[in-house]
Amino acid sequence: MTAFVLKRLGFAAITLFAVLTIVFFIVRVLPGDPAMAILGDQASQSALEALRVRLGLDVPLYQQYFVFLGGVVVGDWGVSLVSGRPVIEEILKVLPATIELTVASLILGIVVGVPIGVWSAVRRNKLPDYLARIGSLLGLSFPAFVSAVLLLLFFSIHLRWFPVISSGQGSGLADRMRDLALPAINLGLIMAAYITRVTRSAMLEVLNQDYVRTARAKGLAFAIIVWRHCLRNALIPVVTVVGLYLGILIGNSVLTEIVFNRPGLGKLIVGALNQRDYTMLQGMMVIYTLIVVLVNLITDLTYGLIDPRIKYS
Amino acid sequence: MTTQSSAATGRRPSRMTYYRLALATVVSGLFRAFNANKTSWVGLAVFLIVALLAILAPVIAPYDPLQQNILFRLKPPSDAHWFGTDYYGRDTLSRILWGARISLTIGLLAIGSAMIIGTLIGMVAGYFGGRTDLITMQVMDVLLAFPSLILGLIVVAMLGPSVANLVIAIALTAIPPFARIARAPTIAVKNREFIEAGHALGYSHMRLMFRHILPNIAPEVLVMGSLWLATAIRVEASLAFIGLGVNPPTATWGGMIREGFENILDSFWLALFPSLAILVVVFSLNLLGDGLRDAVDPRLKGEQ
Repeated sequence: MTAFVLKRLGFAAITLFAVLTIVFFIVRVLPGDPAMAILGDQASQSALEALRVRLGLDVPLYQQYFVFLGGVVVGDWGVSLVSGRPVIEEILKVLPATIELTVASLILGIVVGVPIGVWSAVRRNKLPDYLARIGSLLGLSFPAFVSAVLLLLFFSIHLRWFPVISSGQGSGLADRMRDLALPAINLGLIMAAYITRVTRSAMLEVLNQDYVRTARAKGLAFAIIVWRHCLRNALIPVVTVVGLYLGILIGNSVLTEIVFNRPGLGKLIVGALNQRDYTMLQGMMVIYTLIVVLVNLITDLTYGLIDPRIKYS
Repeated sequence: MTTQSSAATGRRPSRMTYYRLALATVVSGLFRAFNANKTSWVGLAVFLIVALLAILAPVIAPYDPLQQNILFRLKPPSDAHWFGTDYYGRDTLSRILWGARISLTIGLLAIGSAMIIGTLIGMVAGYFGGRTDLITMQVMDVLLAFPSLILGLIVVAMLGPSVANLVIAIALTAIPPFARIARAPTIAVKNREFIEAGHALGYSHMRLMFRHILPNIAPEVLVMGSLWLATAIRVEASLAFIGLGVNPPTATWGGMIREGFENILDSFWLALFPSLAILVVVFSLNLLGDGLRDAVDPRLKGEQ
């Protein structure tokens, strides 16, 4: 067990290093001078030079690379060019809001998606299956901001059930839930669409296995076979794919936060883009990388919990 | 219907014979896929209609998409303006028709180039195997792990928003999945007898890869192309919504929703109609690709 966890940690560290390297080079290799991008093309040569020194762009590339990696490790992610506060502080301030949103929508996605997926697989090529397939295909065709705008139009503007703009600073639990509801429904339903499809195909595979036939032959109730025996075996691909879809979830959370005007990483990154806050953007890339690698690690470790046959080897 | 006949008989086929066989392999593969799931035809039909409308936009659009008319600002849908007018009095329907051109152009160019580059990478990795395979796919997996919208966002922010740069940004995020898609069937095909026969005849790696493996893996890659085209159109619209689309006043669907969103309380149609346009295109492509994938996915083969 310890060996397994250590090995996974090692892999995670290597991946993290690789992604950070790619991030660094993508930002550097792209044509376009960050100093010019920040100051505009009217800027004087001396102002450009001064900003390059401030950003640490005046030293050779390999030195910049080591400074960048070292900074990431010790938590020095630079200072925001706009607010003047440390990037890591600004990110940590809004991170809980984004995590709250993504976790809530992930739970919603699983609660809605897994049962529908199972149902769809069991009733294969029957009406429920067709409805579930078309519905989930439609769900994943929605760009997150389109569904968000439609939800906002209908529930907040037409029915007036929810505030048009989440305050984000509601004190009570009820206020927070109300702020969270529509954004989480928006993200959660899109996730549910993906999860329904994976659950369905994983279940179809499991339902064809010999042991299912054996279980039926010995007279076990079909519901028990499906929910206790099949689902547990089908969950491995589901967990893998949920881990992979995290990238989609993160991208969608950015769009959702913008539409619902919710504080979070999404608003931070768009603000940084509009204000050309170069160091903030780089910091955002680092935090996204950390989140992705961390979730992949958790996904790997979860396998063992679901499937005791995986002996953490 | 594969190109194995030429290699197996050892006769050097003429160029024309080769192209005809290669084309037949690809077309028959796609046709089988289409007939396995009829919904694919529906998706294809809807998508072709949209593509036709986009091509004909200059002819059929009732107004100039950029023409402003201050007297007709924020008018709701009417006979003169089916989808209403925007803040500057521009006709929403005409802007949607012209916006389709941007969406489809960027989507097709981005996925076209990602498909070519990704397939090359995946084919080389799968064909040579060993360390080449290991390192290439490791890099691809790492890139795959990164949220594509965030990656696209950074690239466009650095390069500046233009059609070419959006194509580059979206293509970058779509290369790794194509490499993965192309690699698996390459490995399956490279172990078949006709490739072995090709080796025995002294065919070069290049020749085997491009003439004998490529036509056999092409249907699978093309099928995934339609699903990724849907994603590309979604990402382009998302970037435009964030403010990283082709610069205004050019009409883009995401940009229109962004502008419409500012007036959402009193002029809902501005955001609603372009939203529906995106949904129709993305859904039709997903319908198309999803049906086709069922047919080419080896795990589902033999099932109906």
